[in-house]
Amino acid sequence: MSQTSEVTKPAGTTGFGGLQARSGAALNTVVRVAIRNLDFFYGDNRALKAINLDLPDRQVTGMIGPSGCGKSTLLRVLNRMYSLYPGQRAEGEVMMDGRNVIAPDMDLNELRAKVGMVFQKPTPFPMTIRENIAFGVRLHERLPKNRMDERIEWALTRAAIWGEVKDRLDTSAMGLSGGQQQRLCIARTIAVRPEVILFDEPTSALDPISTLKIEELIDELKRDFTIAIVTHNMQQAARCADQVAFFYLGELVEVAPAAQLFTAPREKRTQEYITGRFG
Amino acid sequence: MGDVIFEWACKGAGLFVLVLLGAIIVELFIAGLPAFRAFGLAFITSADWDPVQEVFGAGVSIYGTLVTSILAILLAVPLAFGVAFFLTELAPPWMRRPVGTAVELLAAVPSIIYGMWGFFIIAPAFGTYIQPTIIDTVGELPVIGALFQGPPFGTGLFTAAFILAIMILPFIAATMRDVFEQVPPVYKESAYGLGATTWEVMKGVVLPYTRISVVGGVMLGLGRALGETMAVTFVIGNANRISSSLFGPGNTIASLVALEFGESEIGSLKLASLLALGFILFVLSFIVLAISRWLLRSRLKA
Repeated sequence: MSQTSEVTKPAGTTGFGGLQARSGAALNTVVRVAIRNLDFFYGDNRALKAINLDLPDRQVTGMIGPSGCGKSTLLRVLNRMYSLYPGQRAEGEVMMDGRNVIAPDMDLNELRAKVGMVFQKPTPFPMTIRENIAFGVRLHERLPKNRMDERIEWALTRAAIWGEVKDRLDTSAMGLSGGQQQRLCIARTIAVRPEVILFDEPTSALDPISTLKIEELIDELKRDFTIAIVTHNMQQAARCADQVAFFYLGELVEVAPAAQLFTAPREKRTQEYITGRFG
Repeated sequence: MGDVIFEWACKGAGLFVLVLLGAIIVELFIAGLPAFRAFGLAFITSADWDPVQEVFGAGVSIYGTLVTSILAILLAVPLAFGVAFFLTELAPPWMRRPVGTAVELLAAVPSIIYGMWGFFIIAPAFGTYIQPTIIDTVGELPVIGALFQGPPFGTGLFTAAFILAIMILPFIAATMRDVFEQVPPVYKESAYGLGATTWEVMKGVVLPYTRISVVGGVMLGLGRALGETMAVTFVIGNANRISSSLFGPGNTIASLVALEFGESEIGSLKLASLLALGFILFVLSFIVLAISRWLLRSRLKA
């Protein structure tokens, strides 16, 4: 496949129609995660077929495709979430920092500190806002109280929710609105200071205004983090992503800079999907 | 017409249970009233039980009931937590059903069987091996050592609590397993996704998420332990005294009533005292089980 070379090219400058894909920003040439010949199996069912994909450093990779196409499965490979479930296995290579993430000897706690994940539904833990953030940090670092407070403020600020919660850090996180809960979950994820953040349809349970806030946040977060986002919403992929990968029936059909994929896809199946002919 | 009959039949059945519950508690209270009249509130605290002098007090049996039940909880809860944790998080799928069923079947063993097993197997084993060892080690310690001294009879409060612990284990373990399983997987995945270990997920997410229901399950076990009669009567030693050591003999409300009931004349103060004991036990269990139901209400609704 040739898509791995695509990420080094600058984004196209052709007209983008109504999709308003981002333009101008050249794709980074440093590869943070390199996926090579990845197969994934739920039991005997092959859910991913020979995937090759690079996640460029500090860029947003959008993953689109119809339900069941394997995009969420791919996310769950990147942080080895599938390892929780017997019968699920991956074959191939997912190289990150010189190591194969899916190798059996990978330290999962260490990996998940480096690859954070934000889920479809907000998942605040039943404890205070402060404790929610501290929970993840404590798993990996022992910080004195003042450093912990600094970290909590930093994470909440980065997640654009500090102003809304700074006076109620010691109240239950369950009292926040859905959009606030999701930003809290993002804060919880970045508090661990990962390298990569995986977003699994992070706005599908949110209202449009909360969705917009999360999208702005993702745009802001890519200054420091490499981001992969699975979305059902093609506008969202066009707005947020630097490169977009289109999956269909477990195959990676096409990956290209967002502008190019939405305006001039090379593959017929991509074109049919983005113009709404199936999916 | 058929609907009306059916409706009233069901209503009647429901009301019957309610009336029955109220009738039992009122009846017990009235029957025990002579004892409360004769001894006043001191009946609850008095340690006397002298059928010859006709002096009765519930102190010893209330003490024995509370000590054995609470000790049973202390022994059973860690074990039940281990079982539930194993079944929900660690056990390979093929083991979950058999082990889970085995734990539930522990609840199906009649209590007389536990009594005989306790009397013929556990009490001698405790008296020969376990109690002497504990007396020689923990018994030497200051302060708590006093709880583990005295002759190793084998029977006694500690053995009764041990048997009770095994009997209430299935209730607590099954409740814990059920509530652990109700934690949505995505919450656990969120914690795993932050790099938590299985134990950290348990401690940080699953237990906070379920703690009210877990306490409810513990109270359910406590309610069972308070009223358990047969197995306790076999192994507790049946002596009406408060001993400082947990290895000493004692009795519980239920075991005392079971032993003495047959030797009480109708209309005697002794019989009234036993019925008053029954009333106290009823109230105690009722409160504990009511708290348990209340704590488990969200789970029962679900």
